[in-house]
Amino acid sequence: MKLPVSWIKEFAPVQASAREIAEALINAGLEVEGIETLGAGVSGTLVIGRVLEIEELTEFKKPIRWCHVDVGTQIRGIVCGATNFTVGDLVVVAEPGVTLPGDFTITSRETYGHVSDGMICSEREMGLGQDRAGIMILEGVSPGQNANELLGIGEEILDIAVTPDRGYALSIRGVAREVATAFEVEYRDPAISWGPDLGAPETGLEPHDCVIEDFSACELLTLRTILGFNPDAPTPRYMVSRLQACGIRSISLAVDVTNYVMMELGQPTHAFDVNKLNGPLRVRRAIAGEDLETLDHVVRKLSVLDSVIADSSGPIGLAGTMGGFTTEIDGSTTGIALEAAFFPASTVAGNSRRHKISSEASRRFERGIDRELAPIASARACALLIEHGGGNYAGMCAVESPMSDNVIEFDLDLPTRTAGMFIDHETVMSKLEAIGAICVRTDSQFIAVTPPSWRPDLTQPADLVEEVVRLVGYEKLPSTLPTAPAGRGLTQEQRLRRRIGYLLAGRGMHEIRAYPFIGATDFDAMRFPANDSRRKSPTLVNPLSELAPQMRSTLLPGMLSIAARNVGRGENDLAIFEVGSVFLGEAAKGGLDPGVEARPTDLIWERMQSALPAQPEHLGVVMSGALESAGVWGSPRTATWRDSIDAMLVVANELGVNLEVQTGSDPSFHPGRCAELVLTKTSKVVGFAGELHPAVVEHWNLPKRSCAAEVDLSALLSAAVTSATAPVFSNSPVAKEDLAFVINRACPVAEVQACIREAGGELLESIRLFDTYEGDQIPPGHKSLAFALRFRGDGRTLSPEELQNLRSRIIAAVSEQVGGTLR
Amino acid sequence: MAPVMLRRVLIYSLLRFWRLRLSAPNKSFDPKQVSALNADSVDAMVAGALSAFSAAIDLNSLKVARLEHFGDRSPIALANREIGALPPAAKAEVGKRIGEAKARIKDVLELREIELTQIRDNEVLLSEKVDVSVPVDRMKRGARHPLTTLMERLSDVFIAMGYEIAEGPELELEWANFDALNFPKDHPARLMQDTFFVESPDSGVVLRTHTSPIQVRAMLERELPIYVVAPGRVFRTDELDATHTPVFHQIEGLAVDRGLTMADLRGTLNHLAHVMFGAEIDIRWRPSFFPFTEPSAEVDLRCFVCLGGSDTTECRACGGEGWIEWGGCGMVNPKVLQAVGIDPLVYSGFAFGMGIERTLMFRSGVADMRDMVEGDIRFTAAFGMEA
Repeated sequence: MKLPVSWIKEFAPVQASAREIAEALINAGLEVEGIETLGAGVSGTLVIGRVLEIEELTEFKKPIRWCHVDVGTQIRGIVCGATNFTVGDLVVVAEPGVTLPGDFTITSRETYGHVSDGMICSEREMGLGQDRAGIMILEGVSPGQNANELLGIGEEILDIAVTPDRGYALSIRGVAREVATAFEVEYRDPAISWGPDLGAPETGLEPHDCVIEDFSACELLTLRTILGFNPDAPTPRYMVSRLQACGIRSISLAVDVTNYVMMELGQPTHAFDVNKLNGPLRVRRAIAGEDLETLDHVVRKLSVLDSVIADSSGPIGLAGTMGGFTTEIDGSTTGIALEAAFFPASTVAGNSRRHKISSEASRRFERGIDRELAPIASARACALLIEHGGGNYAGMCAVESPMSDNVIEFDLDLPTRTAGMFIDHETVMSKLEAIGAICVRTDSQFIAVTPPSWRPDLTQPADLVEEVVRLVGYEKLPSTLPTAPAGRGLTQEQRLRRRIGYLLAGRGMHEIRAYPFIGATDFDAMRFPANDSRRKSPTLVNPLSELAPQMRSTLLPGMLSIAARNVGRGENDLAIFEVGSVFLGEAAKGGLDPGVEARPTDLIWERMQSALPAQPEHLGVVMSGALESAGVWGSPRTATWRDSIDAMLVVANELGVNLEVQTGSDPSFHPGRCAELVLTKTSKVVGFAGELHPAVVEHWNLPKRSCAAEVDLSALLSAAVTSATAPVFSNSPVAKEDLAFVINRACPVAEVQACIREAGGELLESIRLFDTYEGDQIPPGHKSLAFALRFRGDGRTLSPEELQNLRSRIIAAVSEQVGGTLR
Repeated sequence: MAPVMLRRVLIYSLLRFWRLRLSAPNKSFDPKQVSALNADSVDAMVAGALSAFSAAIDLNSLKVARLEHFGDRSPIALANREIGALPPAAKAEVGKRIGEAKARIKDVLELREIELTQIRDNEVLLSEKVDVSVPVDRMKRGARHPLTTLMERLSDVFIAMGYEIAEGPELELEWANFDALNFPKDHPARLMQDTFFVESPDSGVVLRTHTSPIQVRAMLERELPIYVVAPGRVFRTDELDATHTPVFHQIEGLAVDRGLTMADLRGTLNHLAHVMFGAEIDIRWRPSFFPFTEPSAEVDLRCFVCLGGSDTTECRACGGEGWIEWGGCGMVNPKVLQAVGIDPLVYSGFAFGMGIERTLMFRSGVADMRDMVEGDIRFTAAFGMEA
């Protein structure tokens, strides 16, 4: 919101500079985002001139005019390229010596065969705005007048962002009050100066009638009527300039006045053409099936929750939000019915949300306006309309519901207790009175506080504490440190999560954090079949991109996109990992709402949470190109399916959980190079690892044979050992035995190993596959697997006979169970 | 001479021992069989050993020479064994001769060993010198994401103060994200949050717009007093550009205890600022509004580039303001305490929240928000494991 400093100073007479005022407002809690100067870059005095004569010069490619302009002291000849003005128009003239924005100094110079002795200005040329019309044409001014003053050139403007609790600050009135309080000067409340009294209506004239049918939609409705208004009356210059400074374009006197009063006092009003109204104005809820064409020419289907202004023809305005097209004032309006009302914040917020309209009026009503302001603002607006547009005041019709008392019992020690610094009772009272509250002492400790009508946000003692402490000054608060009870540090899961990060980064991988959004194209690219459960994930109502409207059920597509981005930028060799939530299944619709009056019971809280889909944390890894680059040590080592499996195994090791690697199948992976990872503790498949399917690799344009893995980290974390048990081991001599088996090529090593382990029993300390072979020396379709076995007795040396028995038992088991023969 | 004498005495006694153990007295002594024991032969043995030792060019060849000339099967050792077989009259003379020869060989051997060790240390090892500056980084270097490490770093400051880390889901109940935090339905503050709705606008489930619902969860699920921080990912429907991202991170803090004050909150944030940015970096509060805190404040950090010095300088970090917007804070609104069943007359609390991206931007000079989300490994590489 933009407010001219001079307008603020009209009600808060301070000497301070714009910058000082901005500082004070920031300290009071209004965010001043910037200070602008109207017509910044203009130096020298612009004057008003009247165009006396225009000669069209036609010999040039574009229209050029040779004009004679009366600037009061003399008549100047000026060449001008614009054509939107005629003889008799009042324009702004920059005389030689004046500098315009862009460091453009006007001089007398010969052009198009004439000496141009000045310049006729457009708004843009003076830095006043982006005009569409061309030359700026004024009304109600006279040649020779100082245009800087008329246009407000040099006026400083504060750009203020107002938080939702401070509706009152969306006006000169509210901001000036803060300025006056901050600088401790007398505040001239414009609502008091203007007052609600407009004098008696003209005899014989009747105001238009109004009714509130639903007091929940409107607590106060006023309707003042003016008849015999001159629709052609111009808006006074000061009003146009001030509105312009606020960023509001001048439209017509009637509209300008409503905007001016809204900026000045904070009360939105709406002017109806009284001759277009059919019967009394009514505020009510919309009836099913009704619709309304609003001023922006959109026909809106109304909800029964909408609060509307209607007449006997139906709805003619969306209450507090936007007026209707059919009753709009126009160039022939001579009778004005000016509505000013108090619509409760929630009804306007609902209107605004349902119809996606955010207007200047709705922004103010939503934040809460002064309950007592409507008749005052309406009187101010009518006075301005009659002053500048003539007409006769026909009186006011007003309806209101009783106001509820808002009295807060307030402990005078509360500010001290909350702030942690001593604030004496007198200061507390004086600060509350400074914001317009009425304080009545009930005893030595307590006061009854009635907040001012413009502060509907003040409803509880804590709200009053903020007012007191901010006016005392936040900068005065001391700095102390509370003593928290002795903490337990990170939880095991939090510790492990960090360790996994460092572990994988230490193995050459980069951590990434992808956006968790996904869509059907990703699922297709991952080759998920139509019935894949991962396609069913929560869907956003308002996604950033229609291509990714769902929450991710797998980390890999996001990671592959990031891998592709790196490859596209020239990094073919990369290993990345991500730890993040995935979202499984759909969110339930329409959960429980326990309200906010009391704590939900444990049962209700549990039921509420069941509306949320499962959100386990996953760990993903993607590896492309070389894991070890080429160098003086030799050629590069390309990442393979082995590395992606191993990455998962080292993580499992870090957590102290055991993962079994089994032959797996996942549509996104190479059908022959995919492992499924089984958590031994639960016997559940918790992830996949291996080489990506060539189609997946191709979709993301990654180096051939890129690899990946994804595992349910939450499952691993919950299986992690909390405290390891110390082992008991024997120091007896170890006996080593190497055995090679010839076995069907399709038989997984893991099965052979499991078979050996079982046959070897407790005396078999370890198995290590140290060689595999396929080729001429063994039958086709077979492979040779060579294992190094270590045996150790429990506290004794194994005898040659025992070792021989073990050996035979293993060979027999491998033969019987997996059909392997000793090579 | 004394050490040499001592050694000889030792050798003699050893020889006696050997004789007793290994070589029985030779009753039938034959001088022809023991020609090796005559003076010339022994001298030749010594000379042979000495020349072999001096011919050895390194410790390995010296070891070979030692085995040959001074080992168990060397001529001198074999000769030594025969002493026992001599008639007693000859024993003393021959024993002395052999003993002196062995001592001589040993002395020379030791000397040569010292010489060759020196040569190895001074010449051979030096000749094996490599250029240790050739690249050895066969394994590529990885990195953690600076947003993650920064969240961990911030958390650790609070862990050290006795806080614990609370967590909550990213897909959150609208009740926890808004209602319980005193965002009335249809209130502009709620609409200002640019919420991602899930399934339908009235499903009651949203992508959390801030980490503050974790406050609600902490208060519902933990025992009082509560001191927690909650780092996490949050979502708002902004378009990605140099200063905005729809998916970003915050760290939330919450303390609920008896008698907590705004001064406590200020002290806590001051401590955080000092630990993270240095002792000279303090904070400033500006009154503000958040539905879930009352009173509320915006927290600014003294600009660590210009330290808020002259306001005429156009500081690149703060634009000459001297302060950088950091986050929001306030005393927990009694209405929030009420919604989670904590008596506001007995307990008070404070809460605060900071943007992690923003903190990283000014802590590490990240100029463009997009660098944090694109996953370009050149970005993470620059941070390594830094926190």
